[in-house]
Formats: sequence, C-alpha cells, structure tokens
Amino acid sequence: MAEPLVRLRDLRTYFYGDGPVARAVDGVSFHIDAGETVGLVGESGCGKSVTALSILRLIRPPGRIEPGSELWFEQKNLLDLNEREMRKVRGARIAMVFQEPMTALNPVFTVGEQIAEVVRIHAGASRADAWRRAEEMIQLVGIPSPEQRAHEYPHQLSGGMRQRIVIAMALVMNPALVIADEPTTALDVTIQAQILELLVDLQRRLGTSILLITHDLGVVAETCSRVIVMYGGEIVEEAGVRDLFSSAHHPYTEGLLGAMPRVGERRERLTTIPGTVPPPTAWPSGCRFRDRCRYAWERCETEHPPLYQIGTGHVSRCHLADEPERRNRPHEPSVMQRTTEKTGSGGR
Amino acid sequence: MPWSTRVSVTERGLGLRLVLARLWSRRAARTSLLLIVLLYAVALFAKQLAPYPPATQHDIVALKDRPPSAQHPFGTDFVSRDVLSRMLYGARVSLSVATLAVLLSVTIGLTYGLIAGYFGGRLDEVMMRLLDALLSIPRLLLLMAVLTLWTPAPLSALIILLGVTGWFSVSRLVRAEARSVRQRDFVAAAHALGARPHEIILRHLLPNVLAPVIVAATLGIANVIILEAGLSYLGIGTHEPTASWGSILRDGSDAFGTAWWLMVFPGLAILVTVLAFNTLGDALRDALDPRQLPGASTIPSTAEADIQRTLTPQRG
Repeated sequence: MAEPLVRLRDLRTYFYGDGPVARAVDGVSFHIDAGETVGLVGESGCGKSVTALSILRLIRPPGRIEPGSELWFEQKNLLDLNEREMRKVRGARIAMVFQEPMTALNPVFTVGEQIAEVVRIHAGASRADAWRRAEEMIQLVGIPSPEQRAHEYPHQLSGGMRQRIVIAMALVMNPALVIADEPTTALDVTIQAQILELLVDLQRRLGTSILLITHDLGVVAETCSRVIVMYGGEIVEEAGVRDLFSSAHHPYTEGLLGAMPRVGERRERLTTIPGTVPPPTAWPSGCRFRDRCRYAWERCETEHPPLYQIGTGHVSRCHLADEPERRNRPHEPSVMQRTTEKTGSGGR
Repeated sequence: MPWSTRVSVTERGLGLRLVLARLWSRRAARTSLLLIVLLYAVALFAKQLAPYPPATQHDIVALKDRPPSAQHPFGTDFVSRDVLSRMLYGARVSLSVATLAVLLSVTIGLTYGLIAGYFGGRLDEVMMRLLDALLSIPRLLLLMAVLTLWTPAPLSALIILLGVTGWFSVSRLVRAEARSVRQRDFVAAAHALGARPHEIILRHLLPNVLAPVIVAATLGIANVIILEAGLSYLGIGTHEPTASWGSILRDGSDAFGTAWWLMVFPGLAILVTVLAFNTLGDALRDALDPRQLPGASTIPSTAEADIQRTLTPQRG
C-alpha cells in the first residue's frame, strides 16, 4: 500500500501556562490519502484547531508539540525540518483556509496583491507574473471580471467573495494539502453551500487533499469521504462518512448526530449533549466523555478506553464495543447528578 | 525588498483621498492644513522672501531696536538686524529641526515597537522594562544637561538629541497596536502561507499601525517646536548667528519693556504654528478613524464592527 500523503503519529500539543499543563491535543494519530477529503469534527475546545495549527507547526509558546510526536508529510517528518524549510512547506505544499474571511485578509492591500504575495514568496515570480497568476486564481474561484476585482480591497467584497479570495490564496501554489478551519461558519447558509461546492470542485480538479475542520456534521456529509471525531484532545471515533451516519458507535458521535436537525423528521426539539467539554488542564480519568455519557459505568471511570475496531476503517474509543449489552441501559449522565449534588450540599 | 513600506494606511486602507476629503470637510482642519503648507513654503523659500540676509547688521547705532517701519516691517533688533528676515530664516530652522527630529523619533519608535510587538514574550518584556526606565528620564532636564555641557552644539546634534529622546511614547503606542494586529487572522494567515517575519512586520503590521503614529507625529512636531524654542530661549538650543524663533525671543527678552516687536512676532509665530499642528493632529485622529464619520461603516476596522455588520453567528 502506498504511503499516505499525511500521517500523524501520536501528536501531542501541550500548553504550559501558569497552572497545570493543558493537554489540548493528546495523542492523535490519523492519515490522509492523496486527493482525499477528511472531516475533523468536534465541539469547541476539543483540539481540532490546535491539531490543524500543529500540522503547520504554527503553535506559539507557551504551547509546544511534545517530543515523540510525528507529523509525516510527503515522506518527511515535518518536526525534523528547521523553520526555514518549514516556511517552504507553508503556503506552498500545505495551505490553510481560515474561518473568518472578514479578518483573514489584510484590509490595507488589494485582494490581487494579497494573492500575488504568496506567489512571490514561494515562486520568486516577477510582480507582473504574480499578478497574472492572481487574476487566474480569482477567475478559478468563480469571481466574475477578475481583472477588475483584483484591484479591489477586502472591504469592497462580500463575505462569500472574500472567502473565495482566501481559498484562492490557499490554492495558488497548488498545495498537496489544504486545511480548511471552519471555512463556512461565518457565512450565510446560501453562501455556505456555494463555498463547499467550490472546495469540492477545486479538490477534484486539482487533486488536492482537504482536511476540513468543522463542528457541522451537515458540512461533513456533503463533502467528506472519511470523518474523524475528536473529543477531549483525542480521537473518539473514525469512520467512512456513510458508516458514521448510519451506524455511529461512540455515544459522543451519537450525541452530535442527535443535535443535528434533519429534513422530514418530526421532532419536538433537538437533543443536546449535556454539560460542556472539560478543560484540557484536567481531563477526567478513564474515559474523557464519561460524565456526559448516558451509558457510563464503573469501568469508564478507571480504564481509559482504547480505539476499538468496529468495522473496516471504523474505530471507536468506547468500552461499549467490548460490552455492547450496556447500550440497553441508558441513564442520566453524571454531569446532571454532579450539579444537583453541588446545589444540595451547599459548600465543601 | 519585496512589498516594502511604500504602502501606508493613508494611501491604501482608507485612501489618501478619503482622508483628505474628511480633513477638508472641517474648517479648523482645513485652515491648519493650509497654514502648515504655507509655513513649510515660507521656510523653503526664506531666501527669496526675506528682504535682507538674516545676520546683516544694518547700522548698529542708527538702526538699533527700531520699531516696525516700511524698510523693516517687524522692526530691528539690538544689533540692528531685520527681524522679519530673521523670522523667515528662523521658520526654516524651527520647522526643519522639529520635522527631522520627529522623523527620527518615529523611525526609532516604529522599529522598536514593531519588534517588541511582533516577537512578544521574553524579548518584549525586556524591551518594555527598558522603555519604562527610559520614560522615567525627564526629557527637558536631560536635554538641558547635555546641551549645557556641549556648547555650542551644531544644529545636527540638536536634531539628533531631540530625536533620540522623543521616541519612547511612540514605541509604546506602536507596540500596543502591533500586538493587537498580531492577533488578527490575516497575520496568522500570512504565517500559514509561509511569510517570513520581516515580511509580516513590514507588510502586515506596519501599514496597520501607521494611523496612530501619523497622529502622534503631528502632535510631536508641535511639541518639539516648543521644546526647541524653550532651549533656544535659554541660550542652549540654536546659537548665533543662526536664528530660530526661540533665539529671536531671547534676543528680545532684555528689551521687552521698550521693544515689544522683538518678542511679539516670534511669540505669535510659535503660537500659531503649534496651534496649527495640534489642530491638524486632532483632526487627523478623527479622519483616520474609520468609525468616526457617517458612511464609514463600509470600512472594516474591528472584529466587533464586522460582527455587527454581518450578523454572523459566533465562532462555534
């Protein structure tokens, strides 16, 4: 089997603040094949954005990628590169699309200049060549009259167009991997669909791999072939997109799916997952999801679940894989009990 | 150097035209802008405008301390020099000293502040503590001490001294501004696209911190004009035969009771010039602020404004 384009092995990114160490990404391993679109899903604070920034090695102190982590990309471990070599990867081989098209563009330069800058940094092209390339890219991302638009400032463009420019900047060097961090979250729903369509279309035409970071499973369903669900700084489930939607295994994934509105389904209200993500400075012992889980039992408190194999290319970090009969015994998650206890006892 | 400093926020982000239009719409700003242009023109063409050379003594006996007349519109001083000519040349000295000193201050302040703001961390901490120490030095006393020991100091030395003692507050302003721009997504995006630190500083930070620096520089010129006039009045700024407004004031101070014109004209010149620079500085502050005027909502400046405008849901 050919080596995948990207392979993360035991990625751990910790932040050393004044208090205890924040283990934002805590032993994440996955791969992305060439030309593949992989979704990385989870709530805020689950470590998905830190994972993305780690791949580009953009973690700033007090954060750091722990020794022992491996980031294989195009047969090189990115963690072995020096800063100079790494800059040649950023923007050229791996590019990133940010969430907020409002702020991801510098307000004082025209959009053409901003795309051309990337070409000049990496290809050392002349000003005229870089500009021509910028116009081509603006055309490619579906903006009409590129010659004119290239001379406009970000504030003169709509949110959707700005996001197209951001995508153009990411793709101008024809990178092997594009990391898109919530690329549609800040956009109107109608524009969201257009931007996703554009990403998928460009991905097919250019053969780029995409790591799509989102909390929106609907976006994943439309674009990805494979989904990785993160919780508490680690992967809790990974499956092909069909498998995930038809037979999610991990209670957290179930919760995410339950929180998603669906057409043609009559429900009084959307279900929610009780509680919040625990802080990365204090992951619970055993299973990190246990106090929000309706199936949790004693074992979940003491034994950290491994990634159990559920099916072909489908893994889940839940002891239910070992004891499936427990699924018939749901209960109120302990996070609820914890709250009542607190109010009842009235102090330590 | 690619994409260097040729672009500034006034030229591009807001548009030079827009800023000028905004200045023009306010009478006080318009007046002070015209006045400042006029003052620089006077300084530049002092030689052509002055009726006499500035140091010529016309008649030490007959023309000593004469009041304004047709030959000498602003009168003559205690050694029979033409006060108008001295003031026109004095404009050249006062304005160029102030302008060059502020340019020097701004250059040092920008460099220092951008480096501290961009790199942050330990370096920033050390640089800021050093700045705190420098800010605790009383500027006027330091200048007086140095200039008293170094007499007569050449004009270039005066400019450099005023410049290197004037950048502290600028750099603090720049550093704070740079730190906030540093957090913006487009800087993260530039990193993610492989830009080098100096490219990020020059291309992304510098143009976005310029607006407050332009304001500070304008107000700084007014400040340095007063400072230089004060030093020259004390006899340790400019030296004979060079005329500056401050030194003309000093020449007149001995005879103020009898020869009012020796102090009133240079005094007025200082007053009007400083007032013009201060008014322009305040007006620039408003004109460069995208949130100040109606119709400004099309210019994105802060994330806050962006969120208001687009009504997008919060980051998930």
